Amino acid sequence: MRIDPSALAAIAAMGLATYLTRIAGYWLVRRFTLSGRISAGLQAVPGAILIALIAPAVFATGLAESGAAAAALLIAMLRWPMLVAIIASAAAAAGIRAVV
Amino acid sequence: MAENAPFNQASQPTARAQLLAGAGQALPVVAGVAIFGTVWGALAVQAGLSPLEVALMSGLVFSGAAQFVAIELWSSPVAVGTIAFASLLVGLRHVLMGASIEPVLRGIRPGHAYLALFFMVDEAWAMSLRRAGQGKFGIHFYIGLCGLLYLSWLTTTVAGALLGGLVDDPARYGFDVVFTAVFVVLIVGLWQGRRDVAPWAASAIAAIACHRWVPGNWYIFVGGAAGLATAMLLWSPRPEGTEGEASDAD
Repeated sequence: MRIDPSALAAIAAMGLATYLTRIAGYWLVRRFTLSGRISAGLQAVPGAILIALIAPAVFATGLAESGAAAAALLIAMLRWPMLVAIIASAAAAAGIRAVV
Repeated sequence: MAENAPFNQASQPTARAQLLAGAGQALPVVAGVAIFGTVWGALAVQAGLSPLEVALMSGLVFSGAAQFVAIELWSSPVAVGTIAFASLLVGLRHVLMGASIEPVLRGIRPGHAYLALFFMVDEAWAMSLRRAGQGKFGIHFYIGLCGLLYLSWLTTTVAGALLGGLVDDPARYGFDVVFTAVFVVLIVGLWQGRRDVAPWAASAIAAIACHRWVPGNWYIFVGGAAGLATAMLLWSPRPEGTEGEASDAD
């Protein structure tokens, strides 16, 4: 099996860049005292990031994706296990695609 | 964030129970990881990576988003600077994530925390926050969770590289929506009340607009930043409704 030197350099650089992004926020918060306003903003980040991850797929892709998300939302609000939500979503997406 | 740290409570589960709980929560996600891992591995080989390079990249980078972008930019010889810069941009959301997970990691020695952060993928981050909200987070939970996610990403990307297109069309079986389902469940768990509406709506609108008009993966960071900015704008020194301050355990 071969390893190309430029490929190895790229992989190492990717690893370093990604690691820096992963530690930067933690380091900043530990280094500096946060005001109430910034803390309030950071508390909104988890939900906002997760919403951003799925919003284009859920609201702007197609009926199957929207239906899958709706199925997961229903299961989650019933407080059923995550695996049930995944299965229901996949079934909803596959079902809608088969029909439409 | 200092004033409300409802984490690190008494009656912690044992290390073994935490490891198992972490691995157990990773399990449903592994199905999705396996699909994307095999697909990515196959695409990476088509883009010119050897299976050994696939293993190295999965092991050292451990980021689906960065790795998908990298193989789109892959050439011979490889443009090292371009690809590293792309990883940095794709990873910008991690900066916000790392800042928000800091209170969760407060009980852990910084040296260990910096090691733990290497493994901070979206799912591990979100599930750790949820666990902390329940007052049950411990480093062994994180190890069980990330350990299984890491192993499954490493093995399935290499399997995809060695075997080629195992799953030609994940969408046909509805596999492509696995991550959407996981994130929807995690979002429902994060809901704390009416004060979440504005930041979340801002994030959704910004992400959809950005996804539509800006190439690349900027929409994730932009949505997160829009939520952050909205919550900061709406903050007042004495909030009228203090619901959700310590009631995030469900």
